[in-house]
Amino acid sequence: MSTVITGKAFVMGDDIDTDQIIPAEYLSFNPSDEAERKYFGMYAMAGVPPKQCGLPKGNMRFVPEGQFKSQYTIVIGGRNFGCGSSREHAPLAIAEAGAKVVVAEFYARIFFRNCVNGGYLLPCESVQRLVEEIKTDDDCSVDIDNGLLTNNTTGKTYKLRPLGDVKPIVDAGGVFEYARRSGMLKR
Amino acid sequence: MAKMTMTEKILAAHSGRASVTPGENVWVNVNVLMTHDVCGPGTIGIFHEQFGKNAKVWDPDRVVIIPDHYIFTADEKCHRNIQILRDFVKEQGIKYYYDPDFVNTQANSGMPSPYRDPTKTNYKGVCHKALPEEGHIRPGEILLGTDSHTCTAGAFGQFATGVGNTDAAFALGTGKTWLKVPPTMKFLFHGQIPPYLTAKDLILAVIGEVSVSGATYKSMYFTGEGIESLTLEDRMTLTNMAIEAGGKNGVCDVDEKTLAYVRARSTRPNWTVQNDDAGASYCFEHTWDLGTMEPMVAKPHSPDNKDTAHNCRHVKVDRAYIGSCTGGKITDMIFAASILKGNSVKVPTFVVPGSTEVHSDMKKLALTGEPTKPGEKSIEQVLLDAGCQVGPSGCSACLGGPADTFGRLNEAITCISTTNRNFPGRMGHKEAGVYLASPLTVAASALTGHVTDPREYVSEPIMTGHAGLV
Repeated sequence: MSTVITGKAFVMGDDIDTDQIIPAEYLSFNPSDEAERKYFGMYAMAGVPPKQCGLPKGNMRFVPEGQFKSQYTIVIGGRNFGCGSSREHAPLAIAEAGAKVVVAEFYARIFFRNCVNGGYLLPCESVQRLVEEIKTDDDCSVDIDNGLLTNNTTGKTYKLRPLGDVKPIVDAGGVFEYARRSGMLKR
Repeated sequence: MAKMTMTEKILAAHSGRASVTPGENVWVNVNVLMTHDVCGPGTIGIFHEQFGKNAKVWDPDRVVIIPDHYIFTADEKCHRNIQILRDFVKEQGIKYYYDPDFVNTQANSGMPSPYRDPTKTNYKGVCHKALPEEGHIRPGEILLGTDSHTCTAGAFGQFATGVGNTDAAFALGTGKTWLKVPPTMKFLFHGQIPPYLTAKDLILAVIGEVSVSGATYKSMYFTGEGIESLTLEDRMTLTNMAIEAGGKNGVCDVDEKTLAYVRARSTRPNWTVQNDDAGASYCFEHTWDLGTMEPMVAKPHSPDNKDTAHNCRHVKVDRAYIGSCTGGKITDMIFAASILKGNSVKVPTFVVPGSTEVHSDMKKLALTGEPTKPGEKSIEQVLLDAGCQVGPSGCSACLGGPADTFGRLNEAITCISTTNRNFPGRMGHKEAGVYLASPLTVAASALTGHVTDPREYVSEPIMTGHAGLV
């Protein structure tokens, strides 16, 4: 059975760093506390300058003010998505808001690693740049197993790069389950 | 034998292999795991969730906990996070914990009163400065830290990299992590560092050259007689900002300066020095001559938006900030104070010592880097007399933090700063503009109110004496 994630896209540009994804002032919430964790969803993308937020128009919110969940399932980025700090709160915030997948040209490595090892989000890489191809609010589908993103609004399809070495960890849902399956950790 | 780089040799030695090659994934044994008040609570949460309520860390003497981010704030969640660290340290018998003992974690305790005497607190300030000071950094070892600037410790010839909470929790329970062996980029510096440059100018030139993603998945190796001519503190400025080029880690060669520092400080007696083999392979090489380099800035809003300080001389600044793991070391303070001495700042200038040891040295040492003689002013006094505001040690406004953080940019103003990152919102307000620069350039700009090339103030070498040596 193939995994297809369908939903609305939210588009941003290059070098979207972790301070934009979840500004430092919200890092006092404890992600391990159930009651506090949802606030990371509320503030996901709160640091992205308004003009860059929800391209091409800009001035769009990833999460409506005062709410915990986003209407967007697929985040589209350009180069070096998630650069900056090592805060795992960044992929956690995007996932907590309800998004399932990020598709960017390439990632900063700690963000990518946190997505995979923590099992928060699928960090997919597009073969071509999608920032100018997809508009915020377009309806898209990401077919993970076949490595394809379809923009259902325009009918165009784009290739994604294979996950490569980290695929077994992604399939396991994170590094802990991967280590249990491979016998490194006791069940 | 395969010819390997320092990073490859360290990863091979820690994975029980004779050799490794870039691109391979290896499980390595970690020597030290560091966490702090921002990522500690989440890491501890995942550790207990995955290993059980009564689980024990793999080695309580190899876990180092250094609260440093949100210390001087009235935000009660931040106080609560410190209490989580205190409880975990007690539960696990962790030996190396540096408590901000002046923080009351009871409800309604308000803004903590900072330490009065930096020598009389267990609190150490910024983790990346405190780690080597407290003896946790040794050549040839592997350090993981829940902070992207963990790469700073590579200045001491070790593999040090930042990780998230899940990786840290995994290492807490197992002492292991998986790593993809990175290829190494070699940055060769010829000549001696001139008086108007610091390592900050070098690293801004490097990041400007390779971009904020140019070293993604790669190791950055800084070498040559130009690097040998730097103090260890200045080398830490280079490796600190490896992450700003996307680097996995950054390293410098181990020499007598490194060994003298580590021998005097290390909590453990033994370590194995690894240096690059002659004939090791590099995926990229670039050479600079220090004699032809100029004082640099990174303009808003990216560390790779490089320009010379001279070209930006018409940019008006509203504030200057001297601090952080990058630019808050004792030699940084001497560089800044040498320019500010006897002058008055034109814009509000915030100074935050990188550690309580730095703060103590600022009170104890003169601009020479030696203890004050009768009638001689301390570094701190020189800064205060110039009109600077000196705050307590910590990460402070480098990463914005809670709204009541010292020096935070709460409005859309322009700041020139010795810190490491200037993406939108990094120091607080998302419309504020941050120019990254050396402590010399920041101090010169504080005096004029616009971006200023420090060559207008510096002609003679600034001697830093024994400051920051051992």
